[in-house]
Amino acid sequence: MIPTPDLSHLKAEDYDRVYEPAEDTFLLLDALEADQELLKALKPSICLEVGSGSGCVSSFLGSILKDTTLYLCTDLNPHACVCTSRTGSQNRVALNPINTSFMEGLGQRLHRSIDVLLFNPPYVPTVEEEAAQAQDGRDIQGSWAGGNDGMDVTNRFLGLVDDMLSERGVLYLVALKQNNLPEIQERMKAHYGLEGEVALQRRAGREHLFILRFRRSQQTLCKDP
Amino acid sequence: MVRLMTHNLLACHAKGCTTNNFPLALKDVQIELRESDFNPDFLKGFLPKLDWPALVLAARQLGDETLPLQQPEMLDDEFLKNLHHVLLEIHIEEGSMTCPNCAHVYPISNGIPNMLLAEHEIG
Ligand SMILES: C[S@@+](CC[C@H](N)C(=O)[O-])C[C@H]1O[C@@H](n2cnc3c(N)ncnc32)[C@H](O)[C@@H]1O
Repeated sequence: MIPTPDLSHLKAEDYDRVYEPAEDTFLLLDALEADQELLKALKPSICLEVGSGSGCVSSFLGSILKDTTLYLCTDLNPHACVCTSRTGSQNRVALNPINTSFMEGLGQRLHRSIDVLLFNPPYVPTVEEEAAQAQDGRDIQGSWAGGNDGMDVTNRFLGLVDDMLSERGVLYLVALKQNNLPEIQERMKAHYGLEGEVALQRRAGREHLFILRFRRSQQTLCKDP
Repeated sequence: MVRLMTHNLLACHAKGCTTNNFPLALKDVQIELRESDFNPDFLKGFLPKLDWPALVLAARQLGDETLPLQQPEMLDDEFLKNLHHVLLEIHIEEGSMTCPNCAHVYPISNGIPNMLLAEHEIG
């Protein structure tokens, strides 16, 4: 069992402005833990978490992969970047937070270079304007407001994945049942040849949460390097 | 923390700014040195991802002259230790990064680079 990262340094004031790890976060941790041998066999050189929030997920990935890889963490919310940095230090993982949207500023140099890509997006269905305003606000609302079908932010992200993911790369994405997973999977396959499967799913209260894992077709994650 | 490893991966992404937009010039920086564990395998694996001239330039802007202008073919221990120091132990806490092409300024505060652009600047 890999311990959940130590978050004791984060207080209620932090969670007023930054997403507090919840069922979705923990499901993603469980999926990464279940895949730990695969992740190690991948020998990633660059990992990127989009929307790192508290930094909990990247710190957890850090306890799997240790200091064999570079951990980049982006978030639109500057308070989240600060929390990510503190959570990294608290757990002795060198996290590198960047205050940006998705991977803006990194795209040119990291074209098809990300080996492990993670995103637990704002996936709650809201009206479109609410999601747009939340994105502009760069605060806590941006951690959940997802617009139409909860997919406005995720769709923008999915359009960038093919440019960023390396040949052997793997993407873990958190989604809700309402986000229409079969449609996401079909689209990623048809447009980019990215094969998606359900890594893990769980009901948590009213939410039916999924972790989707995407890889390029014909890639076998388990194969020995 | 902004280390030179991260700096080496950041380029200007302002609207229309697509050539000569890297590396971002470091200005008014405050640095801290923090020791970290030496991991030669990680460094060797990361070398192909680096833009070498940009790294040497950035290190020299920060007063570190230990890296050779040409990336050496022989990766001896002394070279790897210098590389380790430059990439991972120099932390930029405050300062800014200016695009050599369009002069857009990206601030660094509390060790966090801000790559966000205003709506009208987005490419
Ligand atoms: C559901 S929270 C997840 C936080 C953390 N990864 C976790 O699992 O607990 C979504 C995060 O994505 C960030 N976010 C939303 N839109 C973003 C965007 N366009 N680019 C980068 N981060 C974004 C939010 O600020 C928030 O921190």
